[in-house]
Amino acid sequence: MTSAAPAKTQYEAVIGLETHCQLSTETKIFSPSSTEFGADPNTHIDPVVMGMPGVLPVLNEKVLQYAVKAGLALNCQIAPYSKFDRKQYFYPDLPKNYQISQYDLPIAEHGWLEIELVDKKTKEVTRKRIGITRLHMEEDAGKLVHAGSDRLAGSTYSLVDYNRAGVPLVEIVSEPDLRTGQEAAEYAQELRRIMRYLGVSDGNMQEGSLRCDVNISVRPVGQEAFGTKVEIKNMNSFSAIQKAIEYEIDRQIAAIAAGEPIVQETRLWEEGSQRTISMRSKEGSSDYRYFPEPDIPPIEVSPQQLETWQAELPELPAQKRARYEADLGLSAYDARVLTDERAVAEYFERAIAAGADPKMAANWITQDIAAYLNAEKLTIDNIALTAEHLAEMVTMIDDGTISTKIAKDMLPELLTQGGSPKAIVEAKGLSQISDPEKIAAIIDEVLAAHPDELAKFRAGKTKLQGFFVGQIMKRTNGRVDPKLTNQLLVQKLKG
Amino acid sequence: MIDLEQVRKVATLARLELSPEEEEQFTTQLNSILEYVEQLNQLDTADVPPTTRAIEVSNVTRADQKVTFSDRELVLNCAPDREDDYFKVPKILD
Repeated sequence: MTSAAPAKTQYEAVIGLETHCQLSTETKIFSPSSTEFGADPNTHIDPVVMGMPGVLPVLNEKVLQYAVKAGLALNCQIAPYSKFDRKQYFYPDLPKNYQISQYDLPIAEHGWLEIELVDKKTKEVTRKRIGITRLHMEEDAGKLVHAGSDRLAGSTYSLVDYNRAGVPLVEIVSEPDLRTGQEAAEYAQELRRIMRYLGVSDGNMQEGSLRCDVNISVRPVGQEAFGTKVEIKNMNSFSAIQKAIEYEIDRQIAAIAAGEPIVQETRLWEEGSQRTISMRSKEGSSDYRYFPEPDIPPIEVSPQQLETWQAELPELPAQKRARYEADLGLSAYDARVLTDERAVAEYFERAIAAGADPKMAANWITQDIAAYLNAEKLTIDNIALTAEHLAEMVTMIDDGTISTKIAKDMLPELLTQGGSPKAIVEAKGLSQISDPEKIAAIIDEVLAAHPDELAKFRAGKTKLQGFFVGQIMKRTNGRVDPKLTNQLLVQKLKG
Repeated sequence: MIDLEQVRKVATLARLELSPEEEEQFTTQLNSILEYVEQLNQLDTADVPPTTRAIEVSNVTRADQKVTFSDRELVLNCAPDREDDYFKVPKILD
């Protein structure tokens, strides 16, 4: 008995991200204890962090400023009136049994950010706007240390370190506008870039300064209603975000195709096995019984204050990318690489302000300098070559004073010891030989020194031209103008 | 207004263990409190903006300046149990 195979259903994923960003303040959100990472356990605790009776939490002014700036950079509306609320739940990482967060009046809402996607094969760039539902301020929880891990699996207790409790966070919730793992990873990276440009967070995923939770469901293409949503946690790199989503899309589609129901649950990404596993859900945890935090007065951001903070925003990565392409004629790829870190973008901008050709400066920064930074694990602020000196070098190549080869030979010294490329060229006599008579004389010497090769060339072995070029370069340490040299050489070889 | 089921749910959320007698007692007491407060609903508040605070204060903030709390031992010793510099708590199922 046979039956026609039904048409294969096409599915699409609907993905939203909840991102927690640690703000780069010296002190905690509601008390003056340090936020330093990696300190000995429970060294950054105080009665406010621990929720002792009678204490008074007071908002850190930097937290408000950073949250508003982050909201502005994400094109959000900043609430003229905002407040804090208590979110109640019982878990030992929370010393007070409630977390001070923001519930119904978050500091920022209704924003968006633009992601840029590069097709791996075609290199084609597409841009997509991802909605930001809200951004709110809250305190972080402490850290549970499960005593003995595997060896003491039967251990009856856990240890708690509250250094992280009360560290200021912003939680940023996206609209369910993302469709693929790549889009989600790109969104998270763009968010990190923006936070770093603003200087409000270092976005360090290893230290937990940037943490992403993913909400994901799948549905047949064309269907309006969302499928059952699953939350995934525990991804600590952008590639883990992408891989966890790709795994989860496949898992959910396979389950639906097999007629199995999708369970609404929280799953953990396991880096080792590259899969998501079900996590037992916390009983009753969905009922947080929020109420307004009575100890903290509401926040009112005046239009004047907002204007001041708006004016302090730097040019953001997406704006720089657009400007580099439109005004400087750079490729989307170069614009992306140059703007990934604000310090690199600013270095590039200083170089072109000092007169460097943008495309040449971009090539030096994204290739030779980037390779050096990678190899030495340095940032652009740590090299001796200033942007102004890079401009000087690029200009010397541009006007023919030195060849690219000479510049490349000089680069290691410039990167490690610095100094003016012009002065080095003069001191070492590295300038390019571009006088046709001088070059002609050198060619004559080379041809005279290699009569056999010359004879072979004239007998038809034209590949030997490269040999002669090599000899000329060797004799001059690569200082001859390569284009002119080739022209003159061809004439002389034929002549 | 509030029934036995809701009292049980609230007790669970607040991690309170109630005896059957207490459950009955709190259902009655909570209802009488809610009925008392319910009297406020007799007022027409259609044109009254909701009050979120009793005192008109806003934007109370402090500078981002570090002050280390002077008596960490005191805080650690407030806990029912500790191990070295950690707070010690019953194991959490994960």
